[in-house]
Amino acid sequence: MSEGIHPIASLLAAVARGISGVQVQWAGCEPSERQRIYFANHTSHLDFVVLWSALPSYIRARTRPIAAKDYWEESWLRRYLAENVFKAVLVERGAISKAQSPEEAKFVSRSLIEEMAAALGKTNSLILFPEGTRGTGEKVGEFRSGLYHLALRRPDVELVPAYLENMNRILPKGEILPVPMLSLLTFGKPIQVEPREEKNVFLERAWEAVSTLRRIGPA
Amino acid sequence: MGSCQYSAADWAGLMLHAIHDPKLMWLFGGVLFLLVIASFIGDILKERHRNDASRPTINNLTARIRAWWKMCAVFAVSLLVGPDGTLSLFGLISFMAMREYMTLVPTRRGDHRTLFWSFFVIMPLQYYLVSIQWYGFFAIMIPVLAFIFIPSSIAIYGDTEHFLERAAKIQFGLMVCVYCLSHAPALLLLKIPGFAGHDARLLLYLVIVDQMSDVLQYVWGKLIGKHKIAWRVSPNKTWEGFLGGVATATALGTALWWVTPFTPVQSAAMSFTICILGFAGGLVMSAIKRDIGIKDFGVVIEGHGGILDRIDSLCFAAPIFFHLVRYYFVP
Repeated sequence: MSEGIHPIASLLAAVARGISGVQVQWAGCEPSERQRIYFANHTSHLDFVVLWSALPSYIRARTRPIAAKDYWEESWLRRYLAENVFKAVLVERGAISKAQSPEEAKFVSRSLIEEMAAALGKTNSLILFPEGTRGTGEKVGEFRSGLYHLALRRPDVELVPAYLENMNRILPKGEILPVPMLSLLTFGKPIQVEPREEKNVFLERAWEAVSTLRRIGPA
Repeated sequence: MGSCQYSAADWAGLMLHAIHDPKLMWLFGGVLFLLVIASFIGDILKERHRNDASRPTINNLTARIRAWWKMCAVFAVSLLVGPDGTLSLFGLISFMAMREYMTLVPTRRGDHRTLFWSFFVIMPLQYYLVSIQWYGFFAIMIPVLAFIFIPSSIAIYGDTEHFLERAAKIQFGLMVCVYCLSHAPALLLLKIPGFAGHDARLLLYLVIVDQMSDVLQYVWGKLIGKHKIAWRVSPNKTWEGFLGGVATATALGTALWWVTPFTPVQSAAMSFTICILGFAGGLVMSAIKRDIGIKDFGVVIEGHGGILDRIDSLCFAAPIFFHLVRYYFVP
């Protein structure tokens, strides 16, 4: 990936910060240049930009979002934003379930993981929303397995949970105009895959790590 | 409201006037003096209680004093810029206050568009109406028009769960954070005979008495407070604090009669009213916070909680003060 931040990305980050009035809390770790996968709950289009803007700029320049190919390639504007402005790693959503045979599914999933691992490279970090889609904000949805496989593939990378509060009230799914409520972003304590840990156990633990960072509203 | 209105050129004149208004300068000087004294006392207390149990209170106190310096500076600059500056500042305060309020009051997905309208149409419109001095529209904007608009727009969206509650909560937020507060800068548009060009002093008078009443209630409460008043709502408020604060702030307001169009007796009555309403405002906001289950509305102002925690007393005092002045002093 080319060095530096796209000016439009910086502009959008500033706008998103203004709209969301986000307060950032590094509760479980400190900002660091080491390679990380930030994984968070997902309720709003603003989620990525807000999380990304909360990182110090030297980290931001090397942090890319993982985004759904089907959605972000739908129009030229989305494609431009995803590819040129935020340098997103576009992956095919649901490709595994669409596969005709278990072998094909395995192959597809492996190639997806390879794509993400390649995007990490030697210096980059990623932002991932393991729910795979935007939720209503009431409860964090079930995590998809990509996080687990990626973590196994790259055990050297730190997995940092994060919780974005109130974003679903600022810009919920299906709305284009934001309401400027205040939001809170909490980074939790990094987790990792334990030796011989099963997929479902790990995903449950990862889900827990995100959900416990919640401060306001129903638990 | 009289039909005579200031033209654009007069606004510029007013701005120059503000700088050449010696009484306004005296007020600024007085505030500066108080700030210096407060900082001085803060430093002494810090020195004396270097490491004992009252340390957190002292730290909170010095943080509050630091924040006071900043708030006074911003307010003074906005007054000197003129009515447009003051209106912009109060518009911004309304925005931040409503933001804190709406964040903490539970709203539902179905309120989204109504909230968007509240933030980006109703609130700016209210301040625009102050700026063009359209009193009739300004006075009914939120109590009448928004009152009809808000439940209608929620109903159109179709989510009926907790309908009445939601409509009431949004309406209340607009009333307190926007409608009530906008009466403070609206003082600048009153045409008081023989007082033209000095309206900034009236606004400053309101803010000084109101905020000093808060501060003095806090100080008296800390010094001699024993008997709880409304302990269910606000455990830190005491009778001693209330009576001492109201008495001293009223005395201060009375002593400031020369910056207002009031006689000393009128000024005493006005300050007393401001103090009582300020107390009521603080109490109501405390009750709301208690209801939601939080201590402060936000953390924007260091040591003070949120914006709304600082202006709660002003929200209740401003509209009544505005109408008292308008009723008795504007022909």
